[in-house]
Amino acid sequence: MAVPIIESPRSGRVAPEYSRTSSSRGNFEMIAWLFMRLSGAILVVLIFVHLWTSMVAGDGINGVDFGFVAGKWASPIWQIWDLTMLWLAMLHGTNGVRVIINDYAEKNSTRMGLKAVLYASTVVIVILGTLVIFTFDPCPVIDGVAHVAEYCPTS
Amino acid sequence: MSTETIEKEPASKIELAPGVGGGGEIPTFDITLKVRRYNPEVSDDAHWDEWKLTMYGTDRVLDALHKVKWEHDGSVSFRRSCAHGVCGSDAMRINGRNRLACKTLLKDLDTSKPILVEPIKGLPVEKDLIVDMEPFFQSYREIMPFLVSKGHEPTSERLQSAEERERYDDTTKCILCAACTSSCPVFWTDGQYFGPAAIVNAHRFIFDSRDDAGDMRLEILNDKEGVWRCRTTFNCTEACPRGIQVTKAISEVKQAILTRKV
Repeated sequence: MAVPIIESPRSGRVAPEYSRTSSSRGNFEMIAWLFMRLSGAILVVLIFVHLWTSMVAGDGINGVDFGFVAGKWASPIWQIWDLTMLWLAMLHGTNGVRVIINDYAEKNSTRMGLKAVLYASTVVIVILGTLVIFTFDPCPVIDGVAHVAEYCPTS
Repeated sequence: MSTETIEKEPASKIELAPGVGGGGEIPTFDITLKVRRYNPEVSDDAHWDEWKLTMYGTDRVLDALHKVKWEHDGSVSFRRSCAHGVCGSDAMRINGRNRLACKTLLKDLDTSKPILVEPIKGLPVEKDLIVDMEPFFQSYREIMPFLVSKGHEPTSERLQSAEERERYDDTTKCILCAACTSSCPVFWTDGQYFGPAAIVNAHRFIFDSRDDAGDMRLEILNDKEGVWRCRTTFNCTEACPRGIQVTKAISEVKQAILTRKV
């Protein structure tokens, strides 16, 4: 159904900085909005369980050391838990900062620059974090010397 | 028919004895009115002008502006039409809050301090308290604020139940004064956001059972400058002189888009 266009008496007089040039089709903003709500709700559970297991349960904060982290990441459940937390928190935070940039930067060029820095740092942190979780080796062998901790299997 | 005694018409004006009738003396008080002045033909900079006025307890900010314009400085410029809160011409920032000058009683403000009157923010100021409303009306036009119906025109009126009418009753109250849109921090940034007023008026038709272009309006507001830029700061709800639950209306439009798409 074609929308009939009726020129308003004063149309064409809108100050140029107010006219919306690019009308975006697609649902990106809606998906981003929805993602913020869903990831926020999931993150509340993920983060508080994380805080409880590392700060309260067992020896509490005194029990946190290299071995504690190594023990946790030996289990695939905690690997997936931390991976989900990393990805959701990073994307949630990135989208939040993206929105802040959109709200506070006035020029499109400023926006572009700030967002380029934001996205680059997000990609670096997410990739690094993911690598750390999956390639973490609690009993590394460096230059042929095994730095054997007490929990490492002795061969 | 002859009547001997012609009944005398009642006097059109009755002189009351002094002290009879009346609701008592209206209290007066002194105020300081500070108005943000801007005249591009004189200077590119805006400045404050100040007047000391004696006003009555029944006076509104608009009356103080009238007193200044009529008795002190005729160059003070502002818009007003009906002066009774219906036409939506005289939205301005009074003591930092967007309100209608004709609905704000002086006695409700702190008269011990100067009363600050500025133009509404986020729209280009043309002179003194007059801003260019075109960007605001442009957004309003874009959401198609008129009934669009498919199919044949009914022979009689388009029927609607009381419940269906109630669904969008709140958003029919808008008077397009721009108090909400010009109180919105997202709109202040770059003026690209559609703004609360446009969304409120879209809401009025989206939830109207007689209208058939709801999907089209939802699609328009699904834009990157549409409803998703709302940060629910509630400035608009607080600013609305008609008491429209603006933020609630925006959220309902968000939900409508979500339920249609997801």
